[in-house]
Amino acid sequence: MVDVVVFLISAAIVLGGGLGVILFANPVHNALSLIATLFGVAVLFIIQGAQFLALVQVVVYAGAIVVLFLFVIMLLGVDQAEDLQTEPLVGQRALAGVGAGLIFLLVLGGLFLSGPTDGPGNTAISGQQAAVTPIDDSPDVEQLARDLFTRNILAFEATALLLTIATIGAVVLVRNRGGEDLAVDNPGSAAN
Amino acid sequence: MREPGHPFLSDGVNFGDVLLSLVMVVIAFVLCLVATMLMVWFERKVVGRLQNRLGPNVAGPFGLLQTLADGMKLFFKEDIIPTKADRFVFQLAPYLALVPAFLTFTLIPLAGDFSEGGSASSTIAGREFFWQVADVPVGILFLLAMSSLGIYGILLAGWSSGSKYPLLGSVRASAQAISYEAALGLSLAAVILVSGTLSTQDIVAVQAGEGFGGIIPNWNVIVTGFVPFVVFLVAGTAELNRPPFDLVEAEQELVGGFHTEYSSIRFALFFLAEFMNTVTMGAIIVTLFFGGPSGPNPGGTFVGPLVGFGWFFAKLLVFLFIFVWFRATLPRVRYDQLMDLGWKVLIPISLAWLLILGAIRIARDGNIGVANDVVGDAAFVLVVGMVILGLGYWMVRTAVVNARAERMEAAGLTEVAVLPDSRTEQEIS
Repeated sequence: MVDVVVFLISAAIVLGGGLGVILFANPVHNALSLIATLFGVAVLFIIQGAQFLALVQVVVYAGAIVVLFLFVIMLLGVDQAEDLQTEPLVGQRALAGVGAGLIFLLVLGGLFLSGPTDGPGNTAISGQQAAVTPIDDSPDVEQLARDLFTRNILAFEATALLLTIATIGAVVLVRNRGGEDLAVDNPGSAAN
Repeated sequence: MREPGHPFLSDGVNFGDVLLSLVMVVIAFVLCLVATMLMVWFERKVVGRLQNRLGPNVAGPFGLLQTLADGMKLFFKEDIIPTKADRFVFQLAPYLALVPAFLTFTLIPLAGDFSEGGSASSTIAGREFFWQVADVPVGILFLLAMSSLGIYGILLAGWSSGSKYPLLGSVRASAQAISYEAALGLSLAAVILVSGTLSTQDIVAVQAGEGFGGIIPNWNVIVTGFVPFVVFLVAGTAELNRPPFDLVEAEQELVGGFHTEYSSIRFALFFLAEFMNTVTMGAIIVTLFFGGPSGPNPGGTFVGPLVGFGWFFAKLLVFLFIFVWFRATLPRVRYDQLMDLGWKVLIPISLAWLLILGAIRIARDGNIGVANDVVGDAAFVLVVGMVILGLGYWMVRTAVVNARAERMEAAGLTEVAVLPDSRTEQEIS
């Protein structure tokens, strides 16, 4: 009973936030709606017993990524309502509408074909056993860590490597390799 | 290890449980407000004394009611919303600042008897409970989440004011918070590593045991080797936007920073949030590094929790004084110094320290079979770790020196080997 009430409230927040992201004209309001959506999803995680995922969702997405969005929006000064009539790609709205409708139908079809779920650990798809079942009653952080550092260690390390490469790439890209700016980015030696 | 969460919520929820939770939330909120009010007074009084003034001394005994008087005054002032402001966000922002501040406070174990044979929980009317509003299983992460959400209040307040100075203040705030959150999280990771749990209640319980020689307490500040504590204190002060890291509201440059356009009760809410965050940060430091309410305790149903609260309060007071002391003593850092400290000092130090702690822990768990005893294994792991760190440092240095030589050559300069001072060397890296 409690689960259903919580689900309905958070689902409303998720959907309302999602609509806000695409319907508000002001980019800052879009970002705020995105936070509402992320929060709703975090609550959905919590009623599934995945507290760690919920908190990581808030820390990483709401706490860091949307802050960066806002940071960029404010710094670039694009926080005024953009002119919505110009279309950089001809027909992009129609294409996006058709695509979204197809995806919606696909998800809906999947749900109807899969039938009702029967108990924890089963996915919505035709009652198959989920790929990762709760191993035991230990906290979800422990289970997640065990899975991540044993079975999926390769994927984990690959992701770490990828992120490192991305960071280095970003540094290299923004770095000015020309010699003429040396005095600017190195004020100490300008006097010499 | 015990199941996290409140003991009385383990089997089903009924009306009484909801009522008890509500009572606890209300008590905690009142406590938090009173503590914040006293903190404002305490800060003004101590800063006054440190600057050879009297501080507030008119309203009430020792000027204790000064904060109340100021609050009343702000209440009755006109509430102005600038014409260019984004009205909805402008009105929302103060609450976004205040709510995370209070939510963090709910994580703090305030009292309880943590001594041997004592029980951290108490029982009233047949219901067992902890002296803490919510014992979240992922407690520390909740703390990080709230500290990263607290930034929204400042960010949106600055933006929605529709004015330049507040915008600059809030952009500074977001950059600062993102920079220091990494160091904060890494020093927290050290605490999690030695405690083996994320729940604040358990972290206190782990620290309640006896440390070396039975005299030195088993506090995390000692167990983690002091460095994470220092990093946390510095990063925490930066997260609070308190001096010497108060570039967000630097009066000399930004008028008042993010709250320049705010007046009346909305300004009071920002003020409240700031001081509530200060009290909460002090309480978090006490909980994570100094054993919270643990300490010598005579025990008993009534005296036990009270003595626990006494320990907690005494430790908290020390840190609140330190925060005020910082404010009265240290001049504001420059922006580049702020970024240098965060990225080039605090993050590498806490990262390296975390690796060392991890290495020691692996060695203590044994089974690497080098020396077949804990000390030998630890030494082995430490030496290997140091060699790897040294190798990494050498590679970075080589890259930096080469890059510099290349750039010098490209610029047509020849004095490659001469570095004017250490600052220049840092800037290139």
